[in-house]
Amino acid sequence: MFAYLLRSLSQATLVMLAVAFIAFSMFRYVGDPVASLVGTEATIKDREELSRSLGLDDPFPIQFVRFLANAAQGDLGISYRQGRPVVDLILERLPATLELALLSAALAFIVGLGLGVYTALNRRGVLANIVMSLSLVGVSLPTFLIGVGLIFLFAVNLRWLPSFGRGETVAFGWWTTGLLTESGRKSLIMPVVTLGFYQLTLIMRLVRAQMLEVMRADYIRFARARGLTERTINFRHALRNTMVPVVTIAGLQLGSVIAFAIVTETVFNWPGLGALFVRSVEVVDIPVMAAYLMFVGLVFVVVNLVVDLLYFALDPRLRGATAVPAR
Amino acid sequence: MSTLRYGLAALLLSATTLTAIDAEARTLRWARSQDATTLDPHSGNTGPNHVMGHNLYEPLVIRGFDGKLQGALATSWRVLPNDPTVWEFKLRPNVKFHNGNAFTADDVVFSIKRAMKPAADMKSLLVSVEDAIKVDDVTVHLKTKGPNPLLVNNLTNLFIMDKEWSEANNAADPQNLKEKTENGATRNAVGTGPFTLVSREPDVRTVMKRNDAYWGASEYNHGVTEIVYRPIPEAATRVAALLSGEIDYLQDVPVQDIQRLQNSQGIRVNAGPENRPIFLGMNMGLPELRSSDVKGKNPFADVRVRQAINTAINREAIQRVTMRGQSEPIGIIATRFINGYDKAIDTWPKNDVAAAKKLLADAGYPNGFSVTLHTTNDRYVNDEGIAQAVVAMLGQIGIKTTLVAHSLRVHFPGIQRGEYDFYLLGWGIPTFDSHYVFNDLYRTKTPSAGTWNGTGLSDPELDKKIDSLNSEVDQNKRNATIAEIWQWIKANDVYAPIHNQFIAGAMRQEWNIPTDVENTPKMKFLAGSRS
Repeated sequence: MFAYLLRSLSQATLVMLAVAFIAFSMFRYVGDPVASLVGTEATIKDREELSRSLGLDDPFPIQFVRFLANAAQGDLGISYRQGRPVVDLILERLPATLELALLSAALAFIVGLGLGVYTALNRRGVLANIVMSLSLVGVSLPTFLIGVGLIFLFAVNLRWLPSFGRGETVAFGWWTTGLLTESGRKSLIMPVVTLGFYQLTLIMRLVRAQMLEVMRADYIRFARARGLTERTINFRHALRNTMVPVVTIAGLQLGSVIAFAIVTETVFNWPGLGALFVRSVEVVDIPVMAAYLMFVGLVFVVVNLVVDLLYFALDPRLRGATAVPAR
Repeated sequence: MSTLRYGLAALLLSATTLTAIDAEARTLRWARSQDATTLDPHSGNTGPNHVMGHNLYEPLVIRGFDGKLQGALATSWRVLPNDPTVWEFKLRPNVKFHNGNAFTADDVVFSIKRAMKPAADMKSLLVSVEDAIKVDDVTVHLKTKGPNPLLVNNLTNLFIMDKEWSEANNAADPQNLKEKTENGATRNAVGTGPFTLVSREPDVRTVMKRNDAYWGASEYNHGVTEIVYRPIPEAATRVAALLSGEIDYLQDVPVQDIQRLQNSQGIRVNAGPENRPIFLGMNMGLPELRSSDVKGKNPFADVRVRQAINTAINREAIQRVTMRGQSEPIGIIATRFINGYDKAIDTWPKNDVAAAKKLLADAGYPNGFSVTLHTTNDRYVNDEGIAQAVVAMLGQIGIKTTLVAHSLRVHFPGIQRGEYDFYLLGWGIPTFDSHYVFNDLYRTKTPSAGTWNGTGLSDPELDKKIDSLNSEVDQNKRNATIAEIWQWIKANDVYAPIHNQFIAGAMRQEWNIPTDVENTPKMKFLAGSRS
């Protein structure tokens, strides 16, 4: 177990280094940050001076090593666009993204699980079939369209919900939440549904498929023969055994929900990390882009690690499997 | 009975008048695509920063919605009659900063010098200034390196800060990106402007309320008690926010949505020309084009080829189809707002494919040639669409054009390095003078001039004339030289001017905010009464 953890950590470090390297080698193709930092009146001389003072004319390896050295000391630099430390910007935006992502994941997991079980148990039910057809929409429609569609229905036409932003937020130290105000809660509804919809349908279809598979297994038939109640069979025996793959997928999806909230945040003008990244790409704000990509890399590495460990906890057979080579 | 009815009517009438007065207290919820990068008035020299700055700070002189120059913190200004290298500004007395400090000549001297520091992008507008000198509490002299008749035009976005506050709050210097800490003026503002800062969350929300101690409170009866400024980068979201009633005023309306907004209940769209011509540059200075199948010579070096391109472009079609009417065709890179504009030369050849083909044949390219056109796709209204239309039109006369559309962060440095054979560019003219066009687009490229001249044009005679405009104080003589330069430009067709783009603002019916030719609307100039 300890060896496994150590191996995972060294792999994680390698992954992070690779992310930083790829990110940095891409930045050169995004454009020249100086072009968006100065006004049209700046002369070529002014531009070259600024470029030099930011270290942008240094060769790529030097820029990369300098970034790594600073990042290792926790210094991610200062945003070109806003003139503020990148760490401050990320911390300021993090609560918005996390709140959105966690609520979306919770929505996807709870509703997805419930509907998955329901549709599996009532395979021929009318309602179950309607839900199944609707879920096709969720899997196939792009997030952007769902978001815009919701805005036009609930904000422009019905005027029930705000079309953009986070509403009023309450601050606890550096953390901010919209859950404690009415406008904050209203503002959360559409982004959460938009971001969570794909995951919801994915989990639902997965649970349903797994449940159907398990329901055919011999031990379910035996359980029935033993005269156990339907409830015990469905939830104690069937559902439990579907959970291993579901938790894996749900965990991995949580990573992508946090990392790729970009589209949802853009559509709803949600002041989170994704929106910050999009704005930074537009003006080639290299320190912010680098920090964001490192953050996304970190999220994936951590989520993968946690999922691996959860897998161990959920499935006793795996514990035995690694125990053999470790001995 | 009827008396009762009249009485009721009168009562109702008085009630509505009362509500009308009440409604004067109003909040302007304002959205546009970008936020100001910083509130520091001298750090950045970009439109969104100036738009924000005009609420909180004030310059010495300011331009109204129509682009006309008028006094703000200065009441009068002139070049000293006995010394053409000194501009004298008389300052407005009894003006207070938001913190209560009195506005004096010291603040002006401090601010000008601050804006000239290396980390300030505004320094580009003050390159001709040698020193700022306080004469007395209400008089400041700006000493220039040589006579500069245009200096006052460069000061319309140069905001005045409080010296005392800036020095006490780590804001004596503009933000330097090499420093690791934030400057005191990045998210705070103490100016003399018509609004004071309530809160600032960059990229999210900036709230300002009316400055009740404003010197022009009675003169400018704009009736706006509060401004809530919210950047919304995504175009569809921006329009939805206006339609759903969460926003009162929208800058940067996407062209494709103008028609729909005009047809929406309760929405008003105001559109008008911006001071920003769009044109094509042709690299005539190279011995051979890098992207062409013609080897050993440069087709663009021949004026007939440039004329052929100017003739092949159907400006009216671009205006009608690509721009949906939101532009006006032009024949010179100038707008009617600027000094030196002459309607007589703002003409363009009638679109004529046969004539254009003949010009190409005369120049020795009867079968045309190939070339690559570079354009932005994120800077001007429908920039990529314009370039696509041009590609099709040039195809009609045999010029096979390959289109490369990319971000302005890639495009602009390419133009400055002279990397393109054929490119699209737009040029705002913030000084409202022809010299601004000549100096950057037509003058020979050097480290300090001709920055945006990607055509390779280099004519020492022309350069001399352009440079003479810098120091000529005799307006008549100066304007005569400007006219001469325009004549030369007209004869040589260095660029292919296309149109002057319109900007559109959309707002809820109860507002009527005119378009600002500089795209920096100043709310203090709003007419106060509800329409």
